[in-house]
Amino acid sequence: MTPPDTDTQAEPKEQSQMSSAGGSPAEQADEAPNLAEMGVREGAGHAINVKGLHAYYGNTHAVKGIDITFPANEVTAIIGPSGCGKSTMVRCINRMHEEIPGARAEGSVSLDDLDIYGSGIDVTSVRRMIGMVFQKPNPFPTMSIFDNVAAGLRLTGTKSDNLRERVHKSLRAVGLWGEVKSRLNEPGIGLSGGQQQRLCIARTVAVEPEVILMDEPCSALDPIATLRVEELIDELKSRYTIVIVTHNMQQAARVADSTVFMLDGEVVEHAPTNDIFTHPKDERTERYVTGKFG
Amino acid sequence: MSDIGIAAISPARRRKDRLMRGMLIGGTVIALIPLVLIIYYLLLKGLGSLTGSFFTSDPTGSFFGPPGGIRSAIFGTLEIVALASLISIPIGIGVALYLTEYGNESTFANVVRYFVDVMTGVPSIVFGLFIYIVLVLSGIGGSFTGWKGSIAISLLMLPIVVRSAEVVLLLVPGALREAALALGAPRWRVVTRVVLPTALPGLITGSLLAIARGMGETAPLLFTVATANALTFNLGSQMNTLPTQIFQDITSPRNAIVSRAWGAALTLVAIILILNLIARAIARRSRLA
Repeated sequence: MTPPDTDTQAEPKEQSQMSSAGGSPAEQADEAPNLAEMGVREGAGHAINVKGLHAYYGNTHAVKGIDITFPANEVTAIIGPSGCGKSTMVRCINRMHEEIPGARAEGSVSLDDLDIYGSGIDVTSVRRMIGMVFQKPNPFPTMSIFDNVAAGLRLTGTKSDNLRERVHKSLRAVGLWGEVKSRLNEPGIGLSGGQQQRLCIARTVAVEPEVILMDEPCSALDPIATLRVEELIDELKSRYTIVIVTHNMQQAARVADSTVFMLDGEVVEHAPTNDIFTHPKDERTERYVTGKFG
Repeated sequence: MSDIGIAAISPARRRKDRLMRGMLIGGTVIALIPLVLIIYYLLLKGLGSLTGSFFTSDPTGSFFGPPGGIRSAIFGTLEIVALASLISIPIGIGVALYLTEYGNESTFANVVRYFVDVMTGVPSIVFGLFIYIVLVLSGIGGSFTGWKGSIAISLLMLPIVVRSAEVVLLLVPGALREAALALGAPRWRVVTRVVLPTALPGLITGSLLAIARGMGETAPLLFTVATANALTFNLGSQMNTLPTQIFQDITSPRNAIVSRAWGAALTLVAIILILNLIARAIARRSRLA
């Protein structure tokens, strides 16, 4: 571990205190939802419950009735062959799915007891609570490293008295501080691919969400950068509930507490990661994890 | 040749290749001839009249005395096109934003796209006629005025701005919009903080090209602004402009006045060339492919 990362160890506590207090000036400033009133439990961990979820692209039925629970403060990996609906399902969790023209979702997704598809729910507040990291690093090209991390706060209209602090803290949390502290004003796209992806994670973390969704976050990264991001996921899970879609089964095995195997829009098996890879109950899971198809 | 079956290029194919290349180069040269000639004649005929007083004096309007320069025409063109830009660029970028960020593939958006395309092909004199009938004949705010010319020019610039802006906005990667939306940003902030800044250089380039196009138009000005000789900064009066100055001068039987037309033409081309160079310089700094 490099010296900047040692700070990280001390931070989970601070961070969780901050979000559990629910009264930081930032949250009050911009009509932040009162989570407790809405059915989301106080405290650090929040679970996601998916019930009877169907998702469509036009006439294509991509997710066909999924019931699943993502436990609080755990990393859940979703594996399965291309086109099995993994990404679609994850994009339904923070309602990004509906941004695609012609796409729609049915069923319910709740954060603790709050139905995020409920009527009167502001989709922007859902996304603020449930952050997302994408497959390809996508820092904003017009913004500096600092501004990229601050972007989430500025884009949501969050008035933060300690913006600088929150940005620095987020950069430390993703282990990027040591690498970029001397050039915070340089463009974010000047960083390497792995650094860009950690920058994007810092951007997500800076908004202080409750859940982080990761859609194949390492598929565009080299093995060393991948390893760094995986370490990061392990550190982040004390504060966040993490759902990670991955094509890489070794990655699932390395980072996930439990693993979901999906096929043709359905969940085939959801079990502790160790069980999925050592003695899966379903034959299809076994065939997939042993590389016989996929 | 060896027996693996890779044949040499046959002489017939070489001949055909040479012929086709020759035709393409020939076509390019033919296309270049008028361009080169235009610039040659502009310099040949126009350079002579570019004296110091050419840019600092107004046309006298008298047939026999000294003809005067083109100061009022340069300022008139700049004023009219500036107002036209103020009208057409914000509206045009607004329409393009609607098309890319909100309308997408909806029927209404496609109808708008279709009409924008049709407007691109409308001859400029038709815009002039339209404003003549609607604003000049009706006598709103005087008969012939600068601002009516601005409106006619802005109608002409509008589809160019919309089309160029739409292309540039579509180049902004969807991943950036997704990233911003996934952070919990409302759509208007995604547009103002992410999409517009990313597309800015391209938007400026497209707008400058529309301005350059608007500057050279004569027809919409002929019966909306009419002509004047004196320098004025009042867009509510008749004004002089470079295209109408050229239009009037070139038919004069007097050589001094004809050569003023060439000088004005050279000036107009120079202004447009400079705008294009600025547009290209900005486009090169763009972060979009």
